[in-house]
Amino acid sequence: MEFKNQKPIYLQIADHICNRILLGEYGEDERLPSVREFAAEVEVNVNTVTRTFEYLQQNEVAASRRGLGIFVMPGARERVYAMRRTEFFNVQLPEVFALMDTLGISMKEVATQYDASRHTT
Amino acid sequence: MITIKNLTFAYGKKSPVLQDFSLDFQQGNIYGLLGKNGTGKSTLLYLIMGLLHAQKGEVLVDGMSGKDRNPELMRELFLLPEEYDLPAVHLSDYVSAIAPFYPNFSMELMEKCLACFEMSSDVNLGALSMGQKKKVYMCIALAANTPYLFMDEPTNGLDILSKSQFRKAIVTAMSPEKTIIVSTHQVHDVERVLDHVIIIDRNRVLLNLSLVENEEPVDLEKLFVDTLTYNSLQQ
Repeated sequence: MEFKNQKPIYLQIADHICNRILLGEYGEDERLPSVREFAAEVEVNVNTVTRTFEYLQQNEVAASRRGLGIFVMPGARERVYAMRRTEFFNVQLPEVFALMDTLGISMKEVATQYDASRHTT
Repeated sequence: MITIKNLTFAYGKKSPVLQDFSLDFQQGNIYGLLGKNGTGKSTLLYLIMGLLHAQKGEVLVDGMSGKDRNPELMRELFLLPEEYDLPAVHLSDYVSAIAPFYPNFSMELMEKCLACFEMSSDVNLGALSMGQKKKVYMCIALAANTPYLFMDEPTNGLDILSKSQFRKAIVTAMSPEKTIIVSTHQVHDVERVLDHVIIIDRNRVLLNLSLVENEEPVDLEKLFVDTLTYNSLQQ
């Protein structure tokens, strides 16, 4: 896994797990790898991954079942979608707007580009 | 817990490598011990092991001193030196010779760590390349399963893939009862597996920072350079 330097590592790992949930690699009600297994896979400290799992539980994406491990919660996919949309509007989009201001790009130009890219794909 | 108090150490009549140096290491953490070459990283590990004796101050591990060579403490400590020789014997013979000294030695963990490096336990140590020897001895060190493990520049001489495998192995072997100290100047090789980073210089701890609790992502290499630069400007 490649890490960037803007976001805390534990949140980047959470994104990574959420992506797998969106892609259906981890299904709802499915058991996630243990903290240690996952830490070894992404080569990150166990305490960091523990924090990731706590974060996923706080956001009701995953829940721990006593003695069995951590499971993807029913409805997790919907919640991840919602979280991602919020993040898009609160974090990513303002960055794009700021960049548009700097470069003098209008909303109209963006819309044209957007439509053009829809047609080619 | 490791407690270092007002430690002063010099090799012979040379100027001290460590002077009035104090530092604690808490259980359940992987520490990265960083510093420029010759700032006393290895020396500190050897002092904790009791292989070097300080002129002043003390180093206590769970209240005991390594220099007393007390078996009760010795079986709790394992040092992976930067350079070493291994005898030309089969790995299983070597393990049976040293495992009795370490009551928690785990063959299961040994196999797991070897698997991380994609190596077999059916090897003769005499037939291994430098890098392979390093990996095998690393697996032995992790499998010794001691509460305290010290690794001196463990990633030196490892290729990129092996460095990644090393991170998997150390994470696999870590547990909340253990304290692991990794001395290194190869910051990038280990930064993600560290709980804690300590930058030392002679008599001072320039930086003692928890990486796990830190909300902001830490660029360790930048931090290392900045800390040393700031420190040299202060002097």
